[in-house]
Amino acid sequence: MTNETNTTAIVQRPSFLKAVMAIVQKDLSAEFRSRELLSAMLVFSMLVILIFNFALELNIDVRRTVTAGVLWTTFAFAGTLGLNRSMAVEKDRGCMDGLLLAPVDRSAIFFGKAISNLAFMLIVEAIVIPLYALLYNETRIFQLEFLGVLLLGSIGYISVGTLLSAMSVQTRTRDVLLPILLFPVAVPVLLASVKASGGIIEGLPLNDILTPINLLIVYDIVFIAISFMVFDFVVEE
Amino acid sequence: MQTKPIALTILDVLSVISIGVATYFALVFAPTEQIMGQVQRVFYFHVGTAWVGMLGFIMAAVVGVIYLIKKDLKWDRIGVAAVEVSTMFFFITIALGSIWARPAWNTWWTWDPRLTTAAITELIYIAYFMLRAGIEDPEKRARFGAVYTLLGGISVPITFMAIRLFRTIHPVVVGNESAAAQGGFSMSGDMVTAMLVSFAAFTIIFIDLMWNRIRMGSLEEKVEQLKLKVSM
Repeated sequence: MTNETNTTAIVQRPSFLKAVMAIVQKDLSAEFRSRELLSAMLVFSMLVILIFNFALELNIDVRRTVTAGVLWTTFAFAGTLGLNRSMAVEKDRGCMDGLLLAPVDRSAIFFGKAISNLAFMLIVEAIVIPLYALLYNETRIFQLEFLGVLLLGSIGYISVGTLLSAMSVQTRTRDVLLPILLFPVAVPVLLASVKASGGIIEGLPLNDILTPINLLIVYDIVFIAISFMVFDFVVEE
Repeated sequence: MQTKPIALTILDVLSVISIGVATYFALVFAPTEQIMGQVQRVFYFHVGTAWVGMLGFIMAAVVGVIYLIKKDLKWDRIGVAAVEVSTMFFFITIALGSIWARPAWNTWWTWDPRLTTAAITELIYIAYFMLRAGIEDPEKRARFGAVYTLLGGISVPITFMAIRLFRTIHPVVVGNESAAAQGGFSMSGDMVTAMLVSFAAFTIIFIDLMWNRIRMGSLEEKVEQLKLKVSM
């Protein structure tokens, strides 16, 4: 109501999209300057794949069936690393309070953080996938459908992960807690992703993998909506 | 000093009686199943505890939403009570299921959709307690708890659907009688009676435990307040 009576004192509120993009830009430029998070996620991913190589004896027969599982496990683990770090820097240096004081909708903060987290995860995937293909001579993962499933799965994982990491950084146990909170809730997205991408690698017809893909879409929509609605309650002081 | 309400005492006694009655119905009244024999009697308590387990989890999600709207810690106490009691009942369900599965499926555990979903559900609510343990501020603890039960309440059915993509071997006893090959069975009239008695008994026990736990929650809070007063 004050907007109408006292227009001169009111600073123009940035549009929702502008606020979201500002947060994304802040995160990306901070990251590209330090490269702390991306390098940690990348090295960690390569180490996980290396460990899988010995743990599962990734020879040509085994690879046919476990490639999707190995990749998704790697991305899930690397994802928690990134999610933890990206929220922890906001909390530690008091940046979160600054963000909360900004005259923007709280959900803009959620979408900003989620999009930058998603960007980090996709960058890691974009580097790990070709490396995996090179190391294991697995060219079947370069399919448009496979990359689509990768994107859908990452969106679902990151949306619920961003919400839960905002919660876990405010607890005493912090980093330890995020995977414990996130993995059981994210089971459907991991399952559907593994199922769909495994089917694509094996060359199943699109009809057979439609169910997990539909499930991924449903999960993405439901969890983006829920996270968007409850984010306010998670960050309020 | 707040004394225990008489109604609660009566309910305590009623719970003890009802578990006795349910035991009688399950072990004596219900006829022995033809193929599986005595071990099938586990079924009555298995579905009874599963029912109250699910009831509590759904209740926690609903109460969580109410808390987020009303911001009254009373709702948080109900939520914690529901999750605590249900986590315990759900664990009993899994244990009883295992006891049945050993002779019926020849294994204690299998990664069947329902079993997997049950395990994940149990893990979600254990994570809930870990989350709460890490927060000191009661208001924030209640808020985060509410958000997480809400997430859990939505995630569990989706998990179930997701795992259904694989084939299930868990018998569908209620509402489907074509599952005989998987260890399912069609129930006679007396069996249905025994099952309903078990449902009723566990519902009474659930209400009783919930009430006691909520009461304990508010007493805990009072103790905290008194402690604060003494230290000041």
